[in-house]
Amino acid sequence: MFTWLHKLGSPPVLYRFAERAAPWCKWTAFALLAAGLVGGLILAPPDYQQGDGFRIIYIHVPSAIMSLFVFAYMAVASAVGLIWRLRMAHAVTAAAAPLGAAFTLLALITGSLWGKPMWGTFWVWDARLTSELILFFIYLGYMAVANAFPDQRTGDRAGAILALVGAIDVPIVHYSVQWWTTLHQGATLKLSGSNMPGSMLWPLLVMMVAFMFYFGWLLMIRLRAEILRREKRASWVMRLAAD
Amino acid sequence: MLKELLKRELLIAWRRPGEALTPVAFFLVTSMLFPLGLSPSAHLLRPLAPGIIWIVAFLAGMLGLQRLFRADYDDGTLEQLLLSPRPLTLIILVKAVGHWLVTGLPVVIGGGVVAAMLFVPPRYIVTVVAGLLLGTPVLTMLGTMVAALTVSLRQAAVLGPVLILPLVTPVLIFGAHSTTLAMQGQSPAQAFEALAAMFILSVSLLPAAAAVALRISHEG
Repeated sequence: MFTWLHKLGSPPVLYRFAERAAPWCKWTAFALLAAGLVGGLILAPPDYQQGDGFRIIYIHVPSAIMSLFVFAYMAVASAVGLIWRLRMAHAVTAAAAPLGAAFTLLALITGSLWGKPMWGTFWVWDARLTSELILFFIYLGYMAVANAFPDQRTGDRAGAILALVGAIDVPIVHYSVQWWTTLHQGATLKLSGSNMPGSMLWPLLVMMVAFMFYFGWLLMIRLRAEILRREKRASWVMRLAAD
Repeated sequence: MLKELLKRELLIAWRRPGEALTPVAFFLVTSMLFPLGLSPSAHLLRPLAPGIIWIVAFLAGMLGLQRLFRADYDDGTLEQLLLSPRPLTLIILVKAVGHWLVTGLPVVIGGGVVAAMLFVPPRYIVTVVAGLLLGTPVLTMLGTMVAALTVSLRQAAVLGPVLILPLVTPVLIFGAHSTTLAMQGQSPAQAFEALAAMFILSVSLLPAAAAVALRISHEG
């Protein structure tokens, strides 16, 4: 197991791993997306309060979860990269960051689209919306730092520090924003989380797993591009390009 | 050696008072703009005062951050500090304390003055000052970490606020609302506890992160 992990630290091995893993992630993601969308958009009954409007939950909640998951994932990869000095761990972080930012943006956009019919406004300073917005800015900050240095390795490690500090900060931001909104107003809208009927719940769970694989697929594609960009002078890339 | 370092930091600030006093001057001038821009009436300004004070204090805190390592980086002092047998974490903590004494403390005191001018009732001015006393060091510590990270960068001054401000939003929330709660007749204890927790967390963890950051950005 560890020797296998160790080998993944080598750019050509990781490149080929990403190449082989991508189709698996892709087809699993598409199959689960299809199942989740059919379940969520057709089979699930309309909500007794929100009618069909609630169905955006099948995109919104998985993106919101992914926005946090990707950040945690980046923090773990950053720690691995800093502690064991694995350059490829930093490549993984760099490849994941724009995806995480995109999921955050998707969660924000779907959230405000959902808010318009339900709350009557595109934007409210709700705890979750606000902390998602702050998370989005933290993603932007990470990308700005990681790309600001002329030297790739310095940028990688500087970004890794920021990702780790951010990972400690994000829960603090989340809870402080929650405290702040309960100070201002009661929770604007509570999803009937625990008593959600099974016919509505299973598509949501399927969509969450589907988003996970979708992220995996995009990550593999971006990772390959990232490795090629970083290793453009390596002989194995030259040979690959010659083929 | 750490005592000498602190003395050196304060001496440098003393010799160039203009540079050291810029943040507090910015703080006072910008606070003055709010009554001019919004309204001079007490019943409008009073509820907004805590938020105004904290936001402007944060922006003032962004100003001097380049001072922290830049000059030492340019003249090679930083290399001597990196080579010193003392733990870099402690050295950075001392530098941060010096920086806070020079730029943070005047803003804390100025915060009391501005609070009075924005019609915060006199007995709540202590709350403002106490909150700033706990909150501004967190800002300084995060700023030190980011300044260490970006010391070799030309665009550091632009990058700094974009990196720091999202991370310090919790301090703003608890800081500004500690006073708001007190002014509404509620107990600000909860907010102060949160501020104290963030103070301890940042003073204990961030110097170490800044030390790693400084080594990284200096190598590059």
